[in-house]
Amino acid sequence: MAVRKNQADLTATEKRNFVDAVLELKRSGRYDEFISTHNAFIIGDTDNGERTGHRSPSFLPWHRRFLLQFEEALQSITPSVTLPYWDWTVDRSPRSSLWAEDFLGGDGRSGDGRVPSGPFAFGNGKWPMNIRVDGRTFLRRSLGTGVRELPTRAEVDRVLAMTVYDAAPWNSSSDGFRNNVEGWRGPNLHNRVHVWVGGQMTTGASPNDPVFWLHHCFIDKLWAEWQRLHPKSGYLPTGNTPDVVDLHDTMKPWNDVTPADLLDHTKFYRYA
Amino acid sequence: MSRPTRRQVLHGSAATLAGAVLAAPVALSDTAAARPVAGHGHSEGHQAPGGHEMPEPFDEVYQGRHIEGWPADEDAPENGGHAGRASEASHGSHGSRAHPRAGQAGPHDGMDFVVRIDNDDLHVMRNADGTWISLVNHYETFTTPRALARAAVRELQGADLVPVVTG
Repeated sequence: MAVRKNQADLTATEKRNFVDAVLELKRSGRYDEFISTHNAFIIGDTDNGERTGHRSPSFLPWHRRFLLQFEEALQSITPSVTLPYWDWTVDRSPRSSLWAEDFLGGDGRSGDGRVPSGPFAFGNGKWPMNIRVDGRTFLRRSLGTGVRELPTRAEVDRVLAMTVYDAAPWNSSSDGFRNNVEGWRGPNLHNRVHVWVGGQMTTGASPNDPVFWLHHCFIDKLWAEWQRLHPKSGYLPTGNTPDVVDLHDTMKPWNDVTPADLLDHTKFYRYA
Repeated sequence: MSRPTRRQVLHGSAATLAGAVLAAPVALSDTAAARPVAGHGHSEGHQAPGGHEMPEPFDEVYQGRHIEGWPADEDAPENGGHAGRASEASHGSHGSRAHPRAGQAGPHDGMDFVVRIDNDDLHVMRNADGTWISLVNHYETFTTPRALARAAVRELQGADLVPVVTG
């Protein structure tokens, strides 16, 4: 059984294996397929139209499947690699080991936001921005600039305490756990972290920054924590909801997997 | 779920054609046409389906960049400066970076409002509560398209927008 660990607990070898597998996916072109898929959904998902990957109940199972697909791709390079998660309620500083040279590299430099060192720095030549929204071809970050503070554990706990998974109208204006964890309502968890990182992470092409996967892995873990806290609360809605993925509807782009198939993450991996 | 939409095609192509880089046009039809004109006056505010007032057009230079926006169901603001996307390639001033039209999501597809920075489309979206986001700041809401365009200018730091490829 695959075990997903807190990034802060990874050994040097585990970090190196993760980074090398990510770079190999990039070199082979497979990495960029994930970026364009994400970008397509983030553009296509609208509050009053069809919505699957974002601003909808399937935000959580869609990203769970998306991460599984990415993790499988990493494992096709190095079978021992699993996705780490970034608990930004604890590792909330630009000085966290997450941003060290041996892992994701650090903050962008002032002026143009370019990440100057680490495995994903432009100068290494291994991390071109091929799927992008503007002309800049280098990885950028601006940690803590777009918003000063990452969410706190108290804010996370407030959201985890919500008993209802999601609610009509099943979009960015909904009450419930999903929209509060996504961040369109309430203390703003997931969205705020994208803004805190800055650079490509604020755009529709956010998987250009490898921290995307560690951020979403923690969001995925919060969903698992919420399920443990509320064993009687299930995924909603459960049927006949226009434009929205119901419990037993298949999800694009895979078309062979439903939210129901993804509710139990222990079929696929455990969290350490 | 119901009703096959154009977006299903988009989503499908995202899975199968993924990996195309931005500059590489693929053979999809250009769907950039705006929604049919609904035959309403220009000056009285536009009522959106969600009950939110449609913002008025704007056109200004902000931090050295030309930003403009108008409701997507109009061909162009009153000055006629944007009439017809097809004519655009003939604008000599920026012909050197004329966009490939095929293979894009259709910059106005599903959009209520068109926003441009130095004549390049910025994909924007309206949220259910009437706030706005753009592809450049997709996890942060703004009260108006103008505020969103200004934020995008700050974020771009002089860089040009490039056409959106989703598959």
